[in-house]
Amino acid sequence: MSAPLIERSAAALADALASGETTSVELTQAFLRRIAAVDGAVHAFLHVDAEGALAAARASDERRAAGTPASALDGVPVAVKDVLATEGLPTTCGSRILEGWRPPYDATVVARLKAAGLPILGKTNMDEFAMGSSTEHSAYGPTHNPWDLDRIPGGSGGGSAAAVAAFEAPLAIGTDTGGSIRQPGAVTGTVGVKPTYGGVSRYGLVAMANSLDQAGPVTRTVLDAALLHEVIGGHDPLDSTSIDQPLPAVVDAARAGAEVDLAGLRVGIVAELGGEGYQPGVQQRFDEAVELLVEAGAEVVQVSCPSFVHALAAYYLVMPSEASSNLARFDAMRYGLRVLPEGVDSPSAEDVMRATRDAGFGDEVKRRIILGTYALSSGYYDAYYGSAQQVRTLISRDFAAAFERADVLVSPTSPTTAFKLGEKLDDPLAMYLNDVATIPANLAGVPGISVPAGLAAEDDLPVGFQVLAPATADDRLYRVGAALEALLEQQWGGPLLSADQLALETEEHA
Amino acid sequence: MSTPTELVDYDEALASYDPAMGLEVHVELNTATKMFCGCPAVFGAAPNTQTCPTCLGLPGSMPAVNARAVESAIRIGLALNCEIAEWCRFARKNYFYPDMPKNFQTSQYDEPIAFDGWTDVEVVTADGTETFRVEIERAHMEEDTGKSLHVGGTTGRIHGADYSLVDYNRAGIPLIEIVTRPIVGAGDKAPAVARAYVAHLRDLIVGLGVSEARMDQGNLRADVNLSLSPAGSGTLGTRTETKNVNSFRSVERAARYEVSRQAAILRAGGSITQETRHWHEDTGVTTSGREKSDAEDYRYFPEPDLVPVAPSREWVEELRATLPEPPRARRSRLQQEWGFSDLEMRDTVGAGALGLVEETVACGASPQSARKWWLSELARRANETGTDLAALPIGPVDVARIQALVDEGKINDKLARQVFDGVLAGEGTPDEVVASRGLAVVSDDGALGEAVDRAIEANPDVAAKIRDGKVAAAGALIGAVMKEMRGQADAGRVRELIVERLS
Ligand SMILES: [Zn+2]
Repeated sequence: MSAPLIERSAAALADALASGETTSVELTQAFLRRIAAVDGAVHAFLHVDAEGALAAARASDERRAAGTPASALDGVPVAVKDVLATEGLPTTCGSRILEGWRPPYDATVVARLKAAGLPILGKTNMDEFAMGSSTEHSAYGPTHNPWDLDRIPGGSGGGSAAAVAAFEAPLAIGTDTGGSIRQPGAVTGTVGVKPTYGGVSRYGLVAMANSLDQAGPVTRTVLDAALLHEVIGGHDPLDSTSIDQPLPAVVDAARAGAEVDLAGLRVGIVAELGGEGYQPGVQQRFDEAVELLVEAGAEVVQVSCPSFVHALAAYYLVMPSEASSNLARFDAMRYGLRVLPEGVDSPSAEDVMRATRDAGFGDEVKRRIILGTYALSSGYYDAYYGSAQQVRTLISRDFAAAFERADVLVSPTSPTTAFKLGEKLDDPLAMYLNDVATIPANLAGVPGISVPAGLAAEDDLPVGFQVLAPATADDRLYRVGAALEALLEQQWGGPLLSADQLALETEEHA
Repeated sequence: MSTPTELVDYDEALASYDPAMGLEVHVELNTATKMFCGCPAVFGAAPNTQTCPTCLGLPGSMPAVNARAVESAIRIGLALNCEIAEWCRFARKNYFYPDMPKNFQTSQYDEPIAFDGWTDVEVVTADGTETFRVEIERAHMEEDTGKSLHVGGTTGRIHGADYSLVDYNRAGIPLIEIVTRPIVGAGDKAPAVARAYVAHLRDLIVGLGVSEARMDQGNLRADVNLSLSPAGSGTLGTRTETKNVNSFRSVERAARYEVSRQAAILRAGGSITQETRHWHEDTGVTTSGREKSDAEDYRYFPEPDLVPVAPSREWVEELRATLPEPPRARRSRLQQEWGFSDLEMRDTVGAGALGLVEETVACGASPQSARKWWLSELARRANETGTDLAALPIGPVDVARIQALVDEGKINDKLARQVFDGVLAGEGTPDEVVASRGLAVVSDDGALGEAVDRAIEANPDVAAKIRDGKVAAAGALIGAVMKEMRGQADAGRVRELIVERLS
């Protein structure tokens, strides 16, 4: 007997749709029921668009009946991080300042999802403007980790990861500026891919840091991520930084990887991304996963990337600099929140801007705007923004040298498993350290994937295994990721995640 | 900051101080679409109808560079003898203003597309034509802002207004900003050099076909930076930046005013405040705008949403080959073609009428007649209304047609002036004005003959002189006929009729 619909992979659901076992409407309804049942506890969604999703599902079923499906995933629902513009649907970026804003246009990623026939279930929660590693900085309340509701789901894309982990959606879109897809993937036991910079259009992605941001798939299997990557990836003339060449064959790579033959593959272990500062259970699962790759024929090499120790510092100069400028447009003039200052008779435009930005932005956003404004100031630019850009060059060189010796680099995705809600809220630096292993890829523009590597012995919480590849070689992520996934599932006797083992309040039959 | 009511006489000011000027000219390109999106870039559409997520700066939107604008920028740079960057980037200029959709302007900072150029400007002075070389620091690409309309209040500025309206149709229109190096050593001719430079730049831009370059419509906007330093000191003083200067004439007037104003402050022992000032066309003064301290910080950084612009050398050379004739070569060619004397040529250039005369000639008028109308009749009217010739609501086609009507004998010069009145008053084309005002010359012998007979009868002594062979006296009779016919008589035919009757 086959698994309940909501527990199946997107690839399996696509098969079920193709064979006529189910319909998109039936599927979409199943996920909407699941959302209604568990999202009160998880809070993965900021907005659920049942009506829109069902209308898209009906259209999909009609195409299917006519024998003209729009894509392999036509009819399989998807959730979208609230940082991507969706025409007519609320897009808040987790911020008060955009409360009520309904964009008049679709992000390219969203347009491609629609063109491929994927019903959009709704918009997922996130740290405000993607600034955070725990989704606690959402103005609309935190998302809870489905593995333990008292813990964070990672961030900034905690909503997308939790939605997929809690079986509220088979697929989701995240965005990754310093690890916001991969780190939530790691701590929720899901798969997250940050494609090569420029591999997926950023048009319609509300920018935090334009030179680092990248949208990508959030799924439960590596193959699903590849299928979704193929839908959203590829050149877009609306994004000048998008790569004008064909997407690598990621789906083929994922299928080939599942055959588990890694003979000749050189796997580089980055000395700077592991060891001290990494939770023992995390390190242990990582080491075991490397052993599995070796058993499958891979050759392990030790590589050193000395500039990586400066990555976090460089990141926290580049990102806030770009963010401070990006967020200047939220001035209450044309959309979003408008707050009139108290006790001012006829407030000027500046008074209204000031009052609105004070009320509309949360503390973390204000912190980064102040940091970035300072770093870009005349007299400080060279010392801060300028040096940070030089560090980026050094990090790219380290990657280039490492990729001379290895086909892929590997590390734990995140130094720890999911921490408790509130635990690091008052310690920004501790929070920032969560991204220490994921940030180098953003600074250099190379692709990365996080795949579940099991549970840490000390807390029974998911651990992520990160694979990094050279720019535009995203296919390697899928080959290695799919191989590791197959090897681990042989050990576990099935997927890491199952709906039964999640201690979620269910009101499904209420 | 109070402005002294007394100004130092201009010549007196120049005896004690050396002026240094810098000109920043913004040229609005005439590309079909905006700088970073596909919205139409035409002038005059209903407010906020030519916008999209990108030029409205909506969250998530991204820019994409208009290749045609880059091409225009390179051609302008080449025409100004600039180097063209092999690689350059856009940068964000960050500041808050309600008509800036993103609260940053996408511009260029330390990597302009064109730099290190020069252009020779001819200045007409009492002593003849002098050539000044103006050095160009840079020409860079940027986007225009939206246009604010402040309603209520007394100043028309944002402060004190009841509310403001913003039209974002203009937001994102491509601009090229052309910045000169400090122009020093021009002495008392500095304001004239400034005017000549802007007029020269306009001719050059029009010749390139990259902009309508009309100052009255804001296609060409000049900021005049001016400072004074003690005569002979060789230093640079604190400068002011005067904006809102929207005619060639105002460029000169604003510069002269600033010389007199700054000299008064300096002579009284004061110091100049570095600030933006606004030019007032009606009163001929500048007033203090925003104070511009060195602390003003635009926090420039490279625009991360755009890739660098790297024009290939082959492309640059291709564009160089499309450049029109340089202005000086063009002037000497035209002088030869038209047979103008040096003085006539100088006056034509000085009045900013070279292109207008050229176009009028191209429409069929003789060079002398084209020069006559533009430099006398129309120059006088432009002067009266304080506008530039090019800004008058009459064009070369109209002027050529009026001359053709004169040549065909349909009107005479006197009537032609009335036709100019009509066209300038918006009554239509020259032919429409002639028809609606009933201005056609009467050359019908019947009507003219009767008038001539009456004139002879009324002036028997004049008639007697003519009979005696003093044909020059005919002028008095012609005058009488013209008066009776309210100027609408063909003077040549009247003379013939008089002579016929009295010989
Ligand atoms: Zn537009």
